[in-house]
Amino acid sequence: MIAAIASGKGGTGKTTVAASLAAVWQGPLTVADLDVEAPNLHLFLKAEIAGRREISMMIPKVDESRCNYCGACSDICQFKAISVLGQVMLTLPEMCHGCGACMAVCPEEAISEDSRPLGEIIWGRRGDIDCFSGRLRVGEAMSPPLIGHVKDAAEKTASERSADLIYDAPPGVSCPAMKAVTGADIIVLVTEPTPFGLYDLKLAVNSFSAFKRPMGVVVNRAGIGNDEVYDYCRQKGLPLLAEIPFTRSAAEAYSKGLILAEAFEEHRERFAVLAEEIRRRCVCAGEVTA
Amino acid sequence: MKEIVCISGKGGTGKTSLTAAFSHLAENKMICDLDVDAPDLHLILKPRIEATEEFYSGNEAIIDPDRCEGCGQCAELCRFGAISQSGEVYEIDPLRCEGCKLCVVMCPEEAIDFPPRHCGQWFRSESRFGSVFHAQLFPGEENSGRLVALLRQEARQAAEKKRYSLVLADGAPGIGCPVIASLSGADLAVIISEPTVSGRHDLERVADLCAYFGMPATVVINKADLNEDACLDIESFCRKRGLDLLGRVPHDQLFVEAMIQEKAVTELEDAALSDRIREIWSAIEIRAGLNEQKTQETITLKEE
Repeated sequence: MIAAIASGKGGTGKTTVAASLAAVWQGPLTVADLDVEAPNLHLFLKAEIAGRREISMMIPKVDESRCNYCGACSDICQFKAISVLGQVMLTLPEMCHGCGACMAVCPEEAISEDSRPLGEIIWGRRGDIDCFSGRLRVGEAMSPPLIGHVKDAAEKTASERSADLIYDAPPGVSCPAMKAVTGADIIVLVTEPTPFGLYDLKLAVNSFSAFKRPMGVVVNRAGIGNDEVYDYCRQKGLPLLAEIPFTRSAAEAYSKGLILAEAFEEHRERFAVLAEEIRRRCVCAGEVTA
Repeated sequence: MKEIVCISGKGGTGKTSLTAAFSHLAENKMICDLDVDAPDLHLILKPRIEATEEFYSGNEAIIDPDRCEGCGQCAELCRFGAISQSGEVYEIDPLRCEGCKLCVVMCPEEAIDFPPRHCGQWFRSESRFGSVFHAQLFPGEENSGRLVALLRQEARQAAEKKRYSLVLADGAPGIGCPVIASLSGADLAVIISEPTVSGRHDLERVADLCAYFGMPATVVINKADLNEDACLDIESFCRKRGLDLLGRVPHDQLFVEAMIQEKAVTELEDAALSDRIREIWSAIEIRAGLNEQKTQETITLKEE
């Protein structure tokens, strides 16, 4: 089972929920922090690091001794990453999407593969839990390919150990978030009961509906703001999976890197119920599909 | 003209609430919401849309099933895993297609169309705080960086036309594509941080990003009373990195209250909090060189 913890708005508590679920999960578990731009889950899980691997993507390298400056590569490149300036080839590696089109169309076979570092994958263990996270290289614009690599690594380990998998997704609803949520069996949307939280929850529901997977909502910081987020969930038939009340002590515990489910007994119970609820909804959805 | 961008690395530190307050306090400026993916500034500014423009960027490959012979060459070539078999023919998952055109030119049957991709909309609006440029990327769309660049260009042009001295922008969370697009060539980054382990960690990432692009950066600690030790740690980090620390803003229920009332927090009757934010805004103006400019403008006006 794969559960993606996502949200439209940033800072609603995805990582809080993911870390607490990990702390109470029954049975084998793998967790992956897919917010590669601002990865924070490791600050809470504090896994013992077992290894790291640099991830790069293919970019073109032009052998100018073979190049006849025909311009086929720059004609096909949709990302303005390669161009011919008279008798000089100019490549802009940071614009390249690694599609390989320039290489495929070059009649002189003058283009070979070079690489550009995207960032790294770090893995380790916290007790019995396998933990993965990705860290985008500072200055790198493209996070989805790295997210894909982290998912592949985490899914491989999870399937080897028949473990459930929890994704801590990046905020937003554009390509990084979509990449992260793809393939999840259930999407848990964390929001807060404020106008910003509600607006971005609507964006998330609209975007993630495309995956046709069960979705549920966790309202974090319950008690601040207003009731509109609950009205919206009722209208849309979105199940409210859990409410985490706002307390000053919870906010302070979070600020220190504590996991709510470990720091407070009442939260432990709350997240244990949420974990069961997530599992139950996945099983139900699975039975319906079967 | 100066361009100031509020960023944070970590989401939810209060970028938009503070940008709304700065929009209230700043004079002669264009306001820009560069979080085109999950924009929220309009929920406070309640702008009246004056013009809506469609945003097309890149193209999307679509296989015509009537022309497809099912050879599968496209699926082999695609590096994004976007093409899969569907019965006798192949089809492209629009969520995975990056629009590279490789399949289009290699298809022996010329069965793949390549129409422009309609990625979102952008708006030129008026609000009680002045003109606003904002946008909405369609769900799951790409090219947020290009939309950010476009919005910035439009806002700058409009500011120049009106002889405004400032473009004030609310950025996206993270350090990737849209954030990079909002920083390049801007004058000052205002990093909104918070005294939590995550806030501290992501402050360092976003400060590294500013350094990478040679962008002057300043820091505001929001929700400052949550954790004094973490505040001190952030302050020492800022000193070490030569980042200007502009001040602390308390964790205050008034921010949520203001949001519900669709107001900037400085529009509420709370002198202490408003004064604090006003001081920070003045410090930002000085760091961005807006005061000198203002003095200059006054002189020019007098001369005229």
